[in-house]
Amino acid sequence: MQLDSRIPSGPIEKAWEKTRFEMKLVNPANKRKFTVIVVGTGLGGGAAAASLGELGYNVKCFCFQDSPRRAHSIAAQGGINAAKNYQNDGDSIYRLFYDTVKGGDFRAREHNVYRLAQNSVSIIDQCVAQGVPFAREYGGLLANRSFGGAQVSRTFYARGQTGQQLLLGAYQALEAQIDSGRVTMYPRTEMLDLVVIDGKARGIITRNLVTGKIESHVADAVVLASGGYGNVYYLSTNAKGSNCTAIWRAHKRGAAFANPCFTQIHPTCIPVSGEYQSKLTLMSESLRNDGRIWVPLQKGDKRPASQIPENERDYYLERRYPSFGNLVPRDVASRAAKAVCDEGRGVGETGLGVYLDFAESISRLGRGAIEERYGNLFEMYERITGENPYEMPMRIYPAIHYTMGGLWVDYQLMSSIPGLFVLGEANFSDHGANRLGASALMQGLSDGYFIIPYTLGNYLASNKLAKVDAGAPEVRNVLSEVENSVKRLLSIKGKRTVTSFHRELGKIMWDHCGMARNAEGLKQAIRQIRALREEFWRDVNVPGSGDDLNQQLENAGRVADFFELGELMCVDALERNESCGGHFREEFQTDEGEAMRDDEHYQYVAAWEYMGPDAPHQLNKEPLNFEYVHPAQRSYK
Amino acid sequence: MQRYEAKDVSPDMSFLEMLDVVNEKLIAEGTAPITFEHDCREGICGSCGFMINGVAHGPKSGTTVCQLHMRSFKDGDELYLEPWRAKAFPVLKDLMVDRNAFDRIIAAGGFITARTGSAQDANSIPVPKAYADRAMDAAACIGCGACVASCPNASAALFTGAKISHLGLLPQGQAERDRRALRMIAQFSSELFGSCTNIGECEAACPKHISLSVIAQMNGDYLKASVRDRGAVKESSD
Amino acid sequence: MSPTAAAGSSNRALRFFEATIVKKAVVAVTGLVLFGFVTGHMLGNLQIFLGPERLNAYAAFLKSNLELLWGARITLLISVFAHIFFTIQLWQLKNQARPVAYVKKVNSHSSAASRTMYYSGPVILAFVVYHLLHFTVGAVHPHFSETDVYSNVVYGFLQLPVALSYMVAVGLLCMHLSHGIASIPQTLGFNHPVHTPKIKAAARVIATLYFLGYASIPVGVMTGIIRLSSMSL
Repeated sequence: MQLDSRIPSGPIEKAWEKTRFEMKLVNPANKRKFTVIVVGTGLGGGAAAASLGELGYNVKCFCFQDSPRRAHSIAAQGGINAAKNYQNDGDSIYRLFYDTVKGGDFRAREHNVYRLAQNSVSIIDQCVAQGVPFAREYGGLLANRSFGGAQVSRTFYARGQTGQQLLLGAYQALEAQIDSGRVTMYPRTEMLDLVVIDGKARGIITRNLVTGKIESHVADAVVLASGGYGNVYYLSTNAKGSNCTAIWRAHKRGAAFANPCFTQIHPTCIPVSGEYQSKLTLMSESLRNDGRIWVPLQKGDKRPASQIPENERDYYLERRYPSFGNLVPRDVASRAAKAVCDEGRGVGETGLGVYLDFAESISRLGRGAIEERYGNLFEMYERITGENPYEMPMRIYPAIHYTMGGLWVDYQLMSSIPGLFVLGEANFSDHGANRLGASALMQGLSDGYFIIPYTLGNYLASNKLAKVDAGAPEVRNVLSEVENSVKRLLSIKGKRTVTSFHRELGKIMWDHCGMARNAEGLKQAIRQIRALREEFWRDVNVPGSGDDLNQQLENAGRVADFFELGELMCVDALERNESCGGHFREEFQTDEGEAMRDDEHYQYVAAWEYMGPDAPHQLNKEPLNFEYVHPAQRSYK
Repeated sequence: MQRYEAKDVSPDMSFLEMLDVVNEKLIAEGTAPITFEHDCREGICGSCGFMINGVAHGPKSGTTVCQLHMRSFKDGDELYLEPWRAKAFPVLKDLMVDRNAFDRIIAAGGFITARTGSAQDANSIPVPKAYADRAMDAAACIGCGACVASCPNASAALFTGAKISHLGLLPQGQAERDRRALRMIAQFSSELFGSCTNIGECEAACPKHISLSVIAQMNGDYLKASVRDRGAVKESSD
Repeated sequence: MSPTAAAGSSNRALRFFEATIVKKAVVAVTGLVLFGFVTGHMLGNLQIFLGPERLNAYAAFLKSNLELLWGARITLLISVFAHIFFTIQLWQLKNQARPVAYVKKVNSHSSAASRTMYYSGPVILAFVVYHLLHFTVGAVHPHFSETDVYSNVVYGFLQLPVALSYMVAVGLLCMHLSHGIASIPQTLGFNHPVHTPKIKAAARVIATLYFLGYASIPVGVMTGIIRLSSMSL
């Protein structure tokens, strides 16, 4: 496979402008003659569908939820970064670019990141114009906060519901286009395959989740914005419906999958309470601004927190990282929590938890101040755990939160299949091996509002696309393959439920391909996943039929894909003999237990190519060049 | 009404996890599981929601079903689960209803037209903090439908009012304020929701504590817009 | 094709009244008019405690000015008609909007008054009809006099069932008012975090006072505080 990243030449500051100028344009009168499919309605897909509709394209937009407003972007709490420098504290596009490349542990493409930082400025303008109610100062100007260990205040926020408000902005713009008739919305419709004709993406096969009908939709280009694949771990902060099916099936039709093992673990989630646990709940990272993280000094100390005296507590982040303390980046904080729990010093019933203690802040600032800052979060914690965090420390533990990996895309966000574009968390492009806080929203909107409207036009204008009919044999073949795979799932009628398989897969992934990985564990995980997958196809029980609303069937298809993706993640993690960002290989660490990168051998994007059901994936490498930010070991000491 | 028994319930389970456990057992027994809508399970996506003993989202105020935990109930409690009931929300299966009427109300005018790329600098439009805060209060709506479900009139006034208030309180939303009220209300009426009679059950059921004041603002905006109306409703959206 | 509905009727005035918000506003405004009448009627009636001459003179004054009398009567009639006409439409909509009732439904956060408006209304209407036949037309009054309003009232309320049903009806009326008054500003677009709770409290106080005011008359008759004067005997 030939990977052409289409990175423009010349200075990075002018790269995007130059690219836009060199792009071919679609005549305004011709835009409505092009049909574009958008899958997913989160920040990337929603913004893309709305913007493409505004431009005059004929857009067909799909989501599996009942409404485009429910996409999981809605759950992002903290905020969105932008290099506005409204606080006059020395921020700039270059600084945001630098921080993001460094935060990504030098595994992201510089040009993509630079463009992201440039677009961040327009995103805030766009969202304010749409009526997103960002936090304001008394003077009426926008408020900012510092987030996730950044040294400048560049994060814009709408209480603890920034993702919700940004998504509603995109959703409302999308609904306006639906009303105007330029976008046709297909809610409760799941993409189950991609149609590739003459090497180009020309349509998708979907299942109507209410009637069960399997249908084909043809188009001139397909845009996937279907989110991340964190649910491969079963327990994650993702929504229950978040899945990898759209990108995985596109991968099996020829789209390379890049850096699948790069997953992010969020350090402040509410710990697991029992076997029945269905998902994990994130507590905003902002809590680390005023909370102190600690565990008992002694192993197996089962005393309640209030009875452990100060000198028998280990504030391990403050001890190990004196300059950043409790505010070290997510991957560092998560690994440190795992380390103390592995030593047997974890707290709570399961021993998988550390304290996040507000006692000191409450006595210093008063309960009122803490309530004003974190009231909602404290309430939510109490609702879920039944414990009052004003009186006893919170218990937190890391959880899977975001996947930096995804379908490989070039600078114009096109995958290795011409005509297939991938946006947001579904692609791999901007965060390298670790994503900084408040950057996911930025990337989704940048891709959807400010990149795809140009690059898609360029593709349509520079390619002669033959007309495709839904009845074409290529389309009908894929359709019948999908019908057969649905029938196959329904015909097994074994003994185990879909969820029980998913939970077991998740445990394998978390144990061996989670916060810390090693070659032995990964090899074992691959064996276990294969065996479990084989059992799944022999013994899964999918009740009901395919002719109506069947949530078990929907889930079964998604879990079947998670098996294959999970295996590839382990293969990728095994192949990458270094530690970087969220990928921590135990064999590759410094004497102090910090991640050790190997730039000489692994400064590349691992783009995996599907070679068929029984053949191993083939690795393609896109080398990464750092001309502007020079790789160094990240230090937060 | 169908009767199910939920065994092995831990007080730390969420309500939906309890239903998961019941469903796992039903599947193992070869019976059809209970269909209910859910997604984020952290109270923000608005997917989940049904009546528990006659109360939308169950007994805990300001809490969606997904964040309701079994410690709010006693062992042996008999719970009646019913879907949202309204003409505008047809039941799809078991506890799952179709809420697309909400999307159509938003499509009719619940937006500020701001073509991508056309925006001025964000700080060139100052918004007094008090207004921004009130707009945010109204914008917190998650579109779950509990207001309609709990309203004795099955009215969507709280939902519609929340969007009209959110956008109408901001300077950016003024240009389309009349048109928005007229078109959204026209759509609201055509979806066969009931009329608000200021009872207040919606406010109590709302998991995001959206206040009845948004309905007053909607009423005021609509009445003023109607008086000023020079045919904005008829105007096509193109 | 736009998936959302465009406007309904092409006639501007008809379209205006199609919206439930406008219907509700008409109910609120006419309710306000009727509240004004209820206020004046009570203040006038309370003159009964000042003796027969005062009340009969007041009644004679009201009847003497025909323009005023019929002006008021027509305004009231239109208000009553519009109040009921639009309420019936809203009530029909309510029934359409939830064709399948809940097996179990708890309404714990709203007042009984607010939820029973559709039921207290018709009862009040029936009472008003009876009340008119009783004291204005005299058709159902055993000792009706065209001029002696005072003794009409006393004779009327000396019958215990009449007095009791009058009090029940007035009770319902005041319940109706307690929600109605508080609801008017909300329906017309006014809601304020400081003033709205005050308006709600005031509505309850007004409703209670009106109940006491109206009920004091039959109670006065039955306890003998209001008696037939020698003149009327």
